[in-house]
Amino acid sequence: MHGLEPKTAAAVAPPPRLRFAAPIHGWLLLLPAAVLLATFTHYPAVATIVDSFYSTPKARRAAIFVGADNYQAMLGDPVFWRALSNNIVYAGCVIPLTIALALAMALWVNGKIAGRPLLRLSFFTPTVLPMIAVANIWLFFYAPGYGLLDQLLGLFGIPSHNWLGDQHTALICLIAVAVWKDAGFFMIFYLAALQQVSPQLAEAAAIEGASRWYFFRRVTFPLLMPTTLFVLVNAVINAFRLIDHIVVMTQGGPDNATALILFYIYEVGFKFWDTAYAATLTVVLLILLALLALGQFLILDRRIHYQ
Amino acid sequence: MSALQASGRGAAALETAGAWLLALIWILPLAYALWAAIHPSAYSAHFVPSAPLTLENFARAWNAAPFARYFLNTFLLVTMILAAQLVLCTLAAYAFARFSFRGRDLAFVLVLLQLMIMPDVLIVENYRTMSALGIVDTIPAIGLPYMASAFGIFLLRQTFKSVPRELDEAARVEGAGPLAVLLKVYVPLAKPVYIAYGLVSVSYHWNNFLWPLIVTNSVNTRPLTVGLQIFASTDQGIDWSVITAATLMTSAPLLVAFLLFQRQFVQSFMRAGIR
Amino acid sequence: MGYSKTKWLAALAGAAMLALTTAAMAKDITLSFYYPIAVGGPIPKIIDGYVADFEKENPGIKIKAIYAGTYQDTLVKALTAFKSGEPPNIAVLLSTDMFTLIDEDAVAPFDDLLKTDADKAWAKSFYPAFMANSQTGGKIWGIPFQRSTIVMYWNKDAFKAAGLDPDKAPDTWDELVAAGKKLTQRDGANVTQWGIEIPSSGFPYWLFQGLTTANKVLLMNEAGTQTAFDKPGVVAALQFWVDLSKKYGIHPAGTVEWGTTPKDFFEKKTAMMWTTTGNLTNVRKNAPFPFGVAMLPAHEGRGSPTGGGNFYFFKKMSSEERAAAFKFVKWMTTPERAADWGIQTGYVAVRPDAWDTEAMKKYVADFPAAAVARDQLKYAVAELSTHDNQRVTKALNDGIQAALAGTKTPEQAMKDAQAEAVRILKSYQ
Repeated sequence: MHGLEPKTAAAVAPPPRLRFAAPIHGWLLLLPAAVLLATFTHYPAVATIVDSFYSTPKARRAAIFVGADNYQAMLGDPVFWRALSNNIVYAGCVIPLTIALALAMALWVNGKIAGRPLLRLSFFTPTVLPMIAVANIWLFFYAPGYGLLDQLLGLFGIPSHNWLGDQHTALICLIAVAVWKDAGFFMIFYLAALQQVSPQLAEAAAIEGASRWYFFRRVTFPLLMPTTLFVLVNAVINAFRLIDHIVVMTQGGPDNATALILFYIYEVGFKFWDTAYAATLTVVLLILLALLALGQFLILDRRIHYQ
Repeated sequence: MSALQASGRGAAALETAGAWLLALIWILPLAYALWAAIHPSAYSAHFVPSAPLTLENFARAWNAAPFARYFLNTFLLVTMILAAQLVLCTLAAYAFARFSFRGRDLAFVLVLLQLMIMPDVLIVENYRTMSALGIVDTIPAIGLPYMASAFGIFLLRQTFKSVPRELDEAARVEGAGPLAVLLKVYVPLAKPVYIAYGLVSVSYHWNNFLWPLIVTNSVNTRPLTVGLQIFASTDQGIDWSVITAATLMTSAPLLVAFLLFQRQFVQSFMRAGIR
Repeated sequence: MGYSKTKWLAALAGAAMLALTTAAMAKDITLSFYYPIAVGGPIPKIIDGYVADFEKENPGIKIKAIYAGTYQDTLVKALTAFKSGEPPNIAVLLSTDMFTLIDEDAVAPFDDLLKTDADKAWAKSFYPAFMANSQTGGKIWGIPFQRSTIVMYWNKDAFKAAGLDPDKAPDTWDELVAAGKKLTQRDGANVTQWGIEIPSSGFPYWLFQGLTTANKVLLMNEAGTQTAFDKPGVVAALQFWVDLSKKYGIHPAGTVEWGTTPKDFFEKKTAMMWTTTGNLTNVRKNAPFPFGVAMLPAHEGRGSPTGGGNFYFFKKMSSEERAAAFKFVKWMTTPERAADWGIQTGYVAVRPDAWDTEAMKKYVADFPAAAVARDQLKYAVAELSTHDNQRVTKALNDGIQAALAGTKTPEQAMKDAQAEAVRILKSYQ
């Protein structure tokens, strides 16, 4: 390791110049990252909140202060409520499904099933494909009549269905795509964590006669809690961040059945150019994300069992 | 005892079947993409084993849009972002891990904020900033919001914190300044984390779509995802053969890289201790 | 830092020389040109070919042609670029974007460029139906380039199999329903072939205008400040569309995807389809059966909305750039070029004299279906276009999709859409 020998910890006080310079060094080191973060995360977040209290600047009229007008308009906007409820349902389905499947996949790949490398490959492949690319493929899957799903269901005699054009099924279809995309990625994290679980625990449990399910529930799962928290954070972020498949497959339709908040923000901000209203919607999204973050850390932090 | 064994084996067989079924479903989109890409349009919805093979779709896809330029743009983009991230996050993590200064903990909380408030959510404001800076439609404009990555800082801080202090002090005693200590002691020890993080970052930014869509206008800056979407969304109708050919073309580098390095991929995650 | 004075002076002189020579060389005007890809075919190649020919005939003008995706994408890109201070010089955008572009103060009208008699005649040489979406307030804001109408394609083999005359398409709403009933085939609960598909994703309002025009109602006023979504004729048209699936069972339920409708047609999932004439070349190439193209069926009246894109000039151009851009647009819309563009893509050549060129006459003789869209022009109406167009059309689109899904009655859907449109357009009265 570069010819350094670990010396025994005789108290070696740092040379005086370092002790004085530490705070300066600290901030200097932090500076580049801090500047970028401030410019592209903190400042925009604050600016968004400020902008939501002004009107949209147009070519002939600058922005004027309108107080809570934008918020009132938002509360009265049925599309906003649809997008909000859609997003909650969407997140509520995607997150648990993805995590559960990721865990199951990891357990399988870690276990003694035949053909594990192929399984792992198959589960992970969706991660390296751009969502925008696979959304087109899924569009084919869901095409009524000759699409793959209808062809498969047809083998069982189930009639064809307009999956993406029916507002009852459209969101579920998109949920499936999102779960398919992310489960494999989270599987890797669980896999890494599982491989750190000592096999002696399993042996001890087997000797004691514990069933596999019992072992999983009482030993494995709690040990995986840090990973679960980590994966949960990512899953929550993706549930609100990933709208590529909506852009390709449904553009928010039919009749806003698949509109998610970020997609609506994109529509309002870059199709209608109503930047003030887009800022208002963004504030709602920020609040939602902040609440979720708080919730995760408060509730789950208590239940984590560190080794 | 034998009944238990038998049922155990039955359950195991069921589980294997289940796992395989799931894997089959999972690989289906890619398998379909392959099918549609190597057969003519007429067969994109009909799975006839005797259908003729063709490479024409790839040729058409390649000619229909400047994919070579898109590849270059994407490559430049992910490289630039990763390089910046490695430098910035290392410095920041080092500061958080080993330096004590006023406001450090508050600063760290502020950094963590970015984990939840990612740049993708702030598209409207960030677009305005880019506009004000005059760098809309440039590759750096795509990358700037992501270069200071809270995730990277968090990971590296954790890693740096777990480096034994003795090594740090030993190096200092040899007369190394703080930066030299960083480069000689901390960075080498954090190699698995760097690899794991690098893989995540490259894959994320290779596939990023919404922000690049908004911030780029021209062919010279468009990454693959945006180029693919523009190419695939012709109003005249969807030709899956050409679209899947383009999809495979654009995903190929990542796919191949993963196929070759999956073992290292998983291992680096393990060694990084991300759990 | 160690540079001698002489070195500095030399560098300065060199820079000055460079600046002077570049200024002298900068007689070359470069124009940026955004265009969408909305139909099949090697569009970038064709456009690049035109650009190359133009540059050859006009040395000193360089055109940078940038393709920017769909009409939506191109509008977003153009406005984004405009708002960040680097607008394109020329763009092909939807004719309906006219009010939005004017409101954003992004485009300039053409009138001040029409000085000579020849130019004035040129501006009058386009089909009036296409100019309807290109003029407002007495000024010309867009020049037609790639324009279309909706047409009905029908599968001749399917007609024959159903006992219908394969060479005659239904010409009225009643004939449409009757034919549809014969053409729709079921296999138990499954429908294997629909009579007709009218797409309702993306921009259902456009297809809807194919029905409202047949009902002799217009959806907006010429100034783009008022809409008429809740007029009885409009509601009746929507009711008819809903009935096609609910009452007559000849059309799929829910939203029909625009992008997959041609494929549905090729796969014989539907015997008739309504889509843009711009799909003509695509259908000709890919349909594995003989097909026909007809005007949309009539009811009280007949007709179709126009569609497609115009040339727009963005503001912030110097007068030399404007003159050069004007040359380009005139060059792109000569009768010969308009004919060539129409033949290669399936768009309707935008001026009557283009149809009299040799190339076009031969093409139509060989492929009569190409002339259907042109013949329909005399019944064509302007496409829905208002201020804040994207928002107003979204209100209408959502209403159409809600009615087709059955979550709202056509009356309720149109009432809500009209209320929303009135709210949006309030500030433009």
